[in-house]
Amino acid sequence: MNASNDIHVVRSTRASRSALIVGVALLVVAATMPAWAESSWMREFVEIACYFVFALMWNLLAGYGGMVSIGQQAFFGLGGYAMLMLGNLAGINPFVAIPIAALGTAAIALPVSWLAFRLQGGYFAIGSWVIAEVFRLSFANMSIVGGGSGTSLTALRGIERATRESLTFWIALACVVGAIAGVYLFLRSKLGLALLAIRDSEVAAESQGVDVRRTKLAVYLCAAFGAAFAGALYFVGNLRISPDAAFSVNWTAFAIFMVVIGGIGRIEGPIVGAIIFWALNKAFSDYGSWYLMGLGTMAIGVTIFFKQGLWGWLQQRWGWSLFPTTRWLVASSFSNEVSHAQHR
Amino acid sequence: MLDALIQGLLLGGLYALFALGLSLMFGVMRLTNTAQGDFIVLAAFGVIAVAPLVAQSTLGATALVLPLAFAAGYALQRWVLNGTLGRDPLPSLVVTFGLSIVIQNALLETFSADPRSLDSGGFSTRSLVLGDGLAIGALPLAIFGLALVITASLQALFDGTALGRAFRAVSDDREIAELMGLDARKVYALATAIAFVVIALGGALQAMRTTVAPSDGPLLLLFAFEAVIIGGMGSFWGTFAGAMVLGLAQQIGFRIDPGWGIWFGHLVFLAVLVVRPQGLLPKTRG
Repeated sequence: MNASNDIHVVRSTRASRSALIVGVALLVVAATMPAWAESSWMREFVEIACYFVFALMWNLLAGYGGMVSIGQQAFFGLGGYAMLMLGNLAGINPFVAIPIAALGTAAIALPVSWLAFRLQGGYFAIGSWVIAEVFRLSFANMSIVGGGSGTSLTALRGIERATRESLTFWIALACVVGAIAGVYLFLRSKLGLALLAIRDSEVAAESQGVDVRRTKLAVYLCAAFGAAFAGALYFVGNLRISPDAAFSVNWTAFAIFMVVIGGIGRIEGPIVGAIIFWALNKAFSDYGSWYLMGLGTMAIGVTIFFKQGLWGWLQQRWGWSLFPTTRWLVASSFSNEVSHAQHR
Repeated sequence: MLDALIQGLLLGGLYALFALGLSLMFGVMRLTNTAQGDFIVLAAFGVIAVAPLVAQSTLGATALVLPLAFAAGYALQRWVLNGTLGRDPLPSLVVTFGLSIVIQNALLETFSADPRSLDSGGFSTRSLVLGDGLAIGALPLAIFGLALVITASLQALFDGTALGRAFRAVSDDREIAELMGLDARKVYALATAIAFVVIALGGALQAMRTTVAPSDGPLLLLFAFEAVIIGGMGSFWGTFAGAMVLGLAQQIGFRIDPGWGIWFGHLVFLAVLVVRPQGLLPKTRG
């Protein structure tokens, strides 16, 4: 018997296949929401979807790319402002403007990366924050978009409210599915494999022929695109933008919270984190600064005592993996023997 | 114009005090303290809070807070931050960033959002008149002098004392230093303790010179960070020089248009990053 025939690569688990089925079912139910749900539910979904997609992109950048940034709000804000300017000033339908704004922001992220990549580690994190501040102050001094007090998205004026809300909701839903699928496929691709290699050891990856700089740049641009998409969508739902809201460091703070609580470096992490964040926000956000102190304390506690996050703990305990990016080598003759042994 | 230059250098003195602690902590243990600015603000509010205990004497209150800052820095590093060090920068960043949020909101809850300041006994209104309508404030001048003294002391501590040798040793190679009998965790704790004394001093002086509010921290962190990077990592005189450049850039920016002062400071920082990423006076300690 030829041994090589007996060894094959397994890339999915029973859990991941059930997750796909449940996910598709949830998606079908969710897609019909505009027909039966209250509009406040849909608004809430759009909002949490933006937080989630932003967090997923932060996870891609920090958890897989090893680039911990406190400045991703730069791209969130740029996406929002680009969408608004395309809509208000250039007369483009804001819904059409969302992807254009995201692409434009990714194009701006390229020269930004030349600056940011000159710093490493913790200094990269704060350097990106300075860059975000430069954008905030620049927009705060631009009178054409209302300066420091911001402006409203007047381009949506002609569109009926129900149409607008349903459309925003569907785009948000598509954005969530697209972001998860995009990140998942990216990580399972050759480029994703290179990225995982870099995360484990930059030097070893380089010696195996991985172009570290280009791979990191690709991740940085993808993360900027996703963050900008979330930003543009958020301000279509919000109808009003201001520099302090668009470039607030809180966007990144909440993303860090979600990713760290859920588990960094795994796709399930931000999903679990976003659900926890949404629940905490619903229950405690009235407590204002006490609520924020609690979030900060939780992030510190989880980082020190629970490094893997909630999903990481579940995965270790039960071996769950809904979005496996691993490749398992399985020898079928061996597994037959094992199952035989179990039968006996 | 001469006035702007002098004001810029004097402002730089304050920024040097903000930045030295960041430079020290990064130099010794590669730790980026993203709560640096919030600790400055916390110390300022600490001085404001203990002032009633010492008959509202700002000097007395500061003297009371400095040893507290030393102890707090030591304890924080020894029992919290040491556990986050390692090849991965994420844990220390998340923990200090979380601390930043906790401190901001705790101060907001305790002291409200109003800006507060410290009374310097009329010192802040006194000035040296140099003729031609040029006057130098006594307080900014004193801050500048203090920044010079502290920069020189830190550099001397690093270059010429046993503790400084320990700092350099754990910075160069922690494992070897531990084989030679150093307890890196305690050395790190001492580094943070010293950094916190400088931070507390900076906070008290900031509150004397202008005002402090609970939400000021992040901006002060960015100023401190920019001074460190402009100056070049690994040298205290570099950090001092970087603070001067930042102070000058902001003052000149403010003269051109009050709305653009801080923005101009950020741009000068980014320009240095492009033209001279190693900073003005680089001397990497390992």
